[in-house]
Amino acid sequence: MEALDGNAIAGTLFEHFGTEMTTVLGACAHCGTRSQIAELAVYTHAPGVVARCRPCGNVVMVLVTVRNQLRLDASAFRMDEGSGR
Amino acid sequence: MARAALPGRLTWQPGRVVELVDETPRCKSLALELPDWRGHRAGQHVDVRLTAEDGYQAERSYSIASGPEDRQLLLTVERLDDGEVSPYLTDELRPGDELELRGPIGGYFVWEYSQGGPLLMIAGGSGVVPFRAMLRHWTAGQRNVPARLLYSSRTLEDVIYRHDLNGLAEQGAEVKLTLTREWPPDWQGHRGRVDRNLLADVAWPPQQRPLVYVCGPTAFVEGVAEALVDSGHEPSRIRTERFGPTGT
Repeated sequence: MEALDGNAIAGTLFEHFGTEMTTVLGACAHCGTRSQIAELAVYTHAPGVVARCRPCGNVVMVLVTVRNQLRLDASAFRMDEGSGR
Repeated sequence: MARAALPGRLTWQPGRVVELVDETPRCKSLALELPDWRGHRAGQHVDVRLTAEDGYQAERSYSIASGPEDRQLLLTVERLDDGEVSPYLTDELRPGDELELRGPIGGYFVWEYSQGGPLLMIAGGSGVVPFRAMLRHWTAGQRNVPARLLYSSRTLEDVIYRHDLNGLAEQGAEVKLTLTREWPPDWQGHRGRVDRNLLADVAWPPQQRPLVYVCGPTAFVEGVAEALVDSGHEPSRIRTERFGPTGT
């Protein structure tokens, strides 16, 4: 299926972090490519949502909502402190 | 900016429908009044939430079509026949009804005067919605940045904001239409998809370093972004927003 981009998870991430996140910069733990969250390839057609690094395809974020609680694994996306402001 | 200094919570708020406008056979614009709206930047979106009587909820994201300076918030919704949310918004909603919204959301696909230009906007289908907001913002300002919209639509009947686009053109924005499926016999605009040849005709050359925004379905956005990079435009000057039939 076709991927969307990080704009598609802007609301979910804003809710989780309490601030706008799409311009936050991070590095893919696999290939090191630095991207803003808005630039990631986002797949929404799954039980959860998956965000991949666009150049290498590595999964950098997984978002799953369980009983109205978001579980976010972004350990493969090393976010810069203070970027995106 | 005060807004950035106050990382508030994203809360659902009620919006009252004040007007519904038929844009095309498949698209309708909803003008909303939101008592608690704190303003937005051109290009941002909102999440809309519907709740059924049994408590089932569905959320979708919609780009904001109004400019930051406009009094009412305008959303434009394309009806998807198998959609859960859009048929309700386009067919059932009436003036006076209330919707739940949260936003504004997004900080990447936005344009403000401070970012400069030349501003080149490339839309596929209903990807034109955030560009209406950017052009409204542009007309409300000094217009000292050249602005150009290239809008790809299947047919003339599918062109959203035809009337508004004429008005924007009268105020100095350049609006270029390309029709991909059929066109009137006397059609003077462009024909066919946005490719390198059309970009060579319509876009500012890469040496002028236009700031390019591309919005539309995934395949459209990726085709256009690739053609821009192949033509020599800097990837860092290109911003993209893809939309699909579902939000999260």
